[in-house]
Amino acid sequence: MTVEKIILAVITTSPHKVAGGMTFVCENDEEMQRIAANLEAILDGIAHALSDDLLIIVKH
Amino acid sequence: MNEYTYPILFGVTIGLLTRLYLLKTDYRQYPTYLHGKIIHIALGFIAAGLGTIAVPAIMEKEFAAITFLALAASQFRDVRNMERNTLNELDQYELVPRGKTYIEGIAIVFEGRNYLVIFASFLSTFAYLVWNVWLGLVAAVISFIVARKLMSGSRLGDIVEVEYVKPHFKGAGLYVDNIYMMNIGLEARREEILRYGMGFILKPKNFNARSTIANLGQRQAILHDISTALGVYRDSGTPALVPLAKRDLDDGRVGIFILPQEKDVEKAKAIIRNVPTLENAIRMPTKSETNRAGKVLR
Repeated sequence: MTVEKIILAVITTSPHKVAGGMTFVCENDEEMQRIAANLEAILDGIAHALSDDLLIIVKH
Repeated sequence: MNEYTYPILFGVTIGLLTRLYLLKTDYRQYPTYLHGKIIHIALGFIAAGLGTIAVPAIMEKEFAAITFLALAASQFRDVRNMERNTLNELDQYELVPRGKTYIEGIAIVFEGRNYLVIFASFLSTFAYLVWNVWLGLVAAVISFIVARKLMSGSRLGDIVEVEYVKPHFKGAGLYVDNIYMMNIGLEARREEILRYGMGFILKPKNFNARSTIANLGQRQAILHDISTALGVYRDSGTPALVPLAKRDLDDGRVGIFILPQEKDVEKAKAIIRNVPTLENAIRMPTKSETNRAGKVLR
């Protein structure tokens, strides 16, 4: 089964902006980019930026 | 040997030549080299035989033999199914799929070509038997030309103007001209996209073209053709690097975003202009009764 069009993971440096979901809280932007790149590869999804400090992974 | 031997041989040869003439493997790699071709040549031979035999059958007053043509029709409908199934299976493993509309288009073409072969064989055998071999040849040439005419569909270049635009980012949003493509979150991906990506704007020449290029199947066909000819910078598991075609809702222009291996603007433009307009995608809103000039609406 493939889970599509669903937020698979949230990667952020501002945890107060996110409630619920599979959230990865990062120290800084560099760490956020690295984790998002890894998750993108692992989940076969795309990392989308909602704002500068908030990324989500979605499989299309 | 009887009086029909030479006309039949002649008709079958002409039919087969017509099929060979219409059969070409180009950059689309379909039919596949050699094996795919053999299937189509064999079927073309059967079609040629059917078209040819019909003429002596009529002359001998064997009218029941004509019903074999009905059999032929169902036979060649199977060709279409075969094409469709094969291509659908293969499409799942393409980095940039053809899309169902393109596949259906190819399948229809293969069915149609067999009927053209029947037509060519029938006509040339008929001319041979009624008049002589020379008029048979004339009939063959005419049917060659007709077949060519019927089988060359229009190209995208006939209905749109193609313009190169460098893709750019506004924040995380990827744009080609003012058409939004997708949201790319990772910095590294954005750099890759700017380095390898190319953008094109398809400007419809008229209102009919606007609806035709809006068709998702037509857009997928464009992406597939460019990716086949220029290569594609992507692999499985990199959905962020997928080529896209999005539409400007205001004026019907379509923005094409691709990541080719070979970044050649002129070649890419030529390829886009050469993409066939798919029969199933063509729309003609101006032919609608309500859109006719001077029509009183009720």
